[in-house]
Amino acid sequence: MLELRALSKNFGGVQAVDKLSATIEEGEIFGLIGPNGSGKSTTINLICGVFPLSDGAIFLNGTNLGTMPPYRRLRTGIARTFQNIRLFGELTVWQNLWVARNSLADTAGQGFMARWFGSSQAVRHEIDEMLEFADLADKGEELAGSLAFGEQRRLELARALATRPKILLLDEPAAGMNLEEVQDLDKRIRKLRDLGVTVLLVEHVMELVMGVADRIAVLNFGQKIAEGTPAAIQNDAAVQEAYLGAPEASA
Amino acid sequence: MDFYFGLAQTIGIHTLLGLSAYVLMLTGQLSLAQAGFFAIGAYAAGILTVLFSWTILPALIVGALLAGFFAFLIGFPALRVRGLMLVVATIAFSEFVRLFFFNLHWRKTINDLEVGPDSTQGFREIRFFSANGWETWEVSLFVWCFVIAVMAGLWWMDRSRAGAVLRAVGEDELAAQSVGLNLTAVKVAAMTAGGVIAGIGGGLYAHTTTYIDHLTFTVLLATFAIAYPILGGLSSVFGTLAAVIFIQGILIEGLRFLGDWRNVLFGLLIIVVMNLKPSGIFDARTALMLKRMFTGKRG
Repeated sequence: MLELRALSKNFGGVQAVDKLSATIEEGEIFGLIGPNGSGKSTTINLICGVFPLSDGAIFLNGTNLGTMPPYRRLRTGIARTFQNIRLFGELTVWQNLWVARNSLADTAGQGFMARWFGSSQAVRHEIDEMLEFADLADKGEELAGSLAFGEQRRLELARALATRPKILLLDEPAAGMNLEEVQDLDKRIRKLRDLGVTVLLVEHVMELVMGVADRIAVLNFGQKIAEGTPAAIQNDAAVQEAYLGAPEASA
Repeated sequence: MDFYFGLAQTIGIHTLLGLSAYVLMLTGQLSLAQAGFFAIGAYAAGILTVLFSWTILPALIVGALLAGFFAFLIGFPALRVRGLMLVVATIAFSEFVRLFFFNLHWRKTINDLEVGPDSTQGFREIRFFSANGWETWEVSLFVWCFVIAVMAGLWWMDRSRAGAVLRAVGEDELAAQSVGLNLTAVKVAAMTAGGVIAGIGGGLYAHTTTYIDHLTFTVLLATFAIAYPILGGLSSVFGTLAAVIFIQGILIEGLRFLGDWRNVLFGLLIIVVMNLKPSGIFDARTALMLKRMFTGKRG
């Protein structure tokens, strides 16, 4: 589904991502882990088109994303969340989802007025469903900026889902969460898969990624040092070395 | 009484000027090009009624569309830069427009009278209202029809998805593009809408004062344009209206006895507001609280 071919990115002299190749299959949860500064977030930014590639190519279902701007990549079915939550804090929870919902490729056929000024019953219904998904049904009218931390994370996930992605890139969704919240997130990520969304999960919290991912790739200094099932990754010598011999430590 | 009708015209026209900056400010952009759009609307509408003997309404519309067209054109290059660079680029545009009209000499003899823009001497014969026997109160009403129409339109836009989109871009561009918004398209659309609104304001201004010259359209006018929404906050169009009434009605007219000290007070006021309420007198939280108090339902 999503194919990374020898992805490279250098910032000045720093090689943030170095010839990273990986293929993420439809319907799977693909984990991407690695020590701090190993290029995980950069990889997400490259896939979303925030930074231009230094070298390599990205294919989504056979289409080369090339120099496509970020908003157009979303329309091909790539959505994301951010490591540091980036909601529209001065908009209400409902408006956050409304902004995301109507940018969809499938609404492009609707009239200009309907897309920008109206909201059909179907759209309202769908947004309400997203609120249900995020357990925020009673918070629709609150300002997103006034939500609690865990709620903001859930809203960001719902906002990404409201764009109806084929693949969702989650950038450290468990950062700053307590154990209970991580377990809740685990369930929610599995629910995403049940909805037919492919997930690329960048994560530091090993309990989460080892439990939920089908396959995992490990980055170190921008290079892929291992790829395989969670069990295989845990027993990989190179991975253990990268993590100073403590594969299950959460950094 | 005519004084108050005259003041109502000034407030109405400045509200249009402020709203033109308000639209663009929702997307987080600070533009000093509004003076340029205002000047284009003023000269274009004036030229049409004076030199081509058009009636007022089509002249205003053409002036507004022309201003919108220029806003659209400069939107693409100007909105590629942000912050201070955008301020500089838009000042340059306003000055370009001002100097163009400073040099524009286009005189024609109509009814044995030579009329039209006379470069440095200004454009003195925009007498559509008096020539057609409009009373001051009728002109005021005419001006306010436009003000109310624009305010209603923006109020409605603000509550639609378009309003949420503009504000989303203003808050976080990275997040906005990650949910599929085309930043350039959104900003240029806001710039164009702002240009049209400023153009209407300019056309009305030219006809209510009957005399315009390049000195009207300096950076000071552009500063006023952005000062209104800054002072009034971006939560709704009424903030801008309130700020115009406060500045034009109370500070400028009400404090005339202070002489030049008024201007000092004006600067001081902006500094005080920026410090006490950086998001304006009416910010989003205040607006939401008021809305809940009055309706208690979702918008």
